[in-house]
Amino acid sequence: MRSRGEISSFLHELPAAAKLLVLAGAGTGLVLVGSLPVLAGAFLATLLLYWLAGISRRQAFQQLRPLLWLLVLLFIVQGVWQSWELGALVVLRISTLILLAAFVTLTTRTDALIAAVESALTPFRRFGVNPAKVGLAFSLALRFIPVIAQQANDIRDAQRARGLGANPVALALPLIVRTLRMASDVADAIDARSPYSDHSGDEGELPPRFVLQPNTSNARMSCNDAEPQLKT
Amino acid sequence: MQRRGTTTKDIVYIALFAAFMAALGIFPPVMLPLIGVPVTAQSMGPMLAGAILGARRGALSILLFLALVAVGLPLLAAGRGGLGVFFGPTAGYLFGWVAAAFAVGALHEWGWNRLNVVTSFVFCALGGIVVLYAIGIPWTAVNVGLPLTKTAIASAAFIPGDVVKAGLAAIVAVSVKRSYPIIQRTA
Repeated sequence: MRSRGEISSFLHELPAAAKLLVLAGAGTGLVLVGSLPVLAGAFLATLLLYWLAGISRRQAFQQLRPLLWLLVLLFIVQGVWQSWELGALVVLRISTLILLAAFVTLTTRTDALIAAVESALTPFRRFGVNPAKVGLAFSLALRFIPVIAQQANDIRDAQRARGLGANPVALALPLIVRTLRMASDVADAIDARSPYSDHSGDEGELPPRFVLQPNTSNARMSCNDAEPQLKT
Repeated sequence: MQRRGTTTKDIVYIALFAAFMAALGIFPPVMLPLIGVPVTAQSMGPMLAGAILGARRGALSILLFLALVAVGLPLLAAGRGGLGVFFGPTAGYLFGWVAAAFAVGALHEWGWNRLNVVTSFVFCALGGIVVLYAIGIPWTAVNVGLPLTKTAIASAAFIPGDVVKAGLAAIVAVSVKRSYPIIQRTA
């Protein structure tokens, strides 16, 4: 998710597909590299990328923070059991990979990444992958995350009012049944409103992107190219 | 994504279950010390996806959820997300989720007609623990550069928690089968 203020750089403007390809290449390459100076170079180059893209040092550090203790522990375990050099190697490799992957995420908009995924799937058509259906699944999931999270909260409140406390079954069960009911309604709505309904056969094409209108809980669909409206 | 006809309904189930996975992420995780694998309600998701949607739809819904994480949404427990999480030492468990959901789903489809809490628990444990660890442990070992046995011993600390989760997932799965069955009995 591109959490940007005014920040924009030539790195932000690069096509998402290109960035993903470079990341995949670097990911494979870094695992194969076993030399400390090369890895240190890669780490510094990654930091340079952050600097070039105008990402603050704080934000860069935040990408590693959840793993910080794990990395420290790894370094010590490796150092004691194997060698300190290997410890440095492993920690540098993991940090570089994570920073690099987070860099792609930080400099690329979510919709651009989804579009890249969809177009990357086009060659797989012959294997039965339908990019439009993948796109529909993406948009639907995005649209329904806030809805289902809201229901989870409602159910939790209701359980608490009845003194059920933190009972995972009492939460998961009604939440799943509600989710499945909702899914059934939404599927009917899509089929009823879509001229591309795939009841007629597998070859039915969906339009490029379905978008659920916000504020109608589960029924209305329209097909335009706008992004799903995420309430956050 | 479709092999022989993924209907609209299949897609919606897949998408909404992925959203359900995301909703599970809002419950605070318990971070176990030492190796840093967070224990979360979310990790029950793959078992539930398989047990309720079946092998194919279950695995695809987890895959979709991971794809949403990969494009940067902070949906994993503790608000983690982005491509970075797929390169860490515990990323094998994320990939393992897909296989686990598939295995749990395949077993549930196979034993659907005589499903009860006990069989469902066994299926959830086989898929959600055995298959999951079979992928997660080697990944950690390679990523971290530790011997397989040492990694396996360190990971064993999570098995009690996962057994509890398999039990909870089984209770939920059997109740959902009773009230809203999705898996069709396969001949």
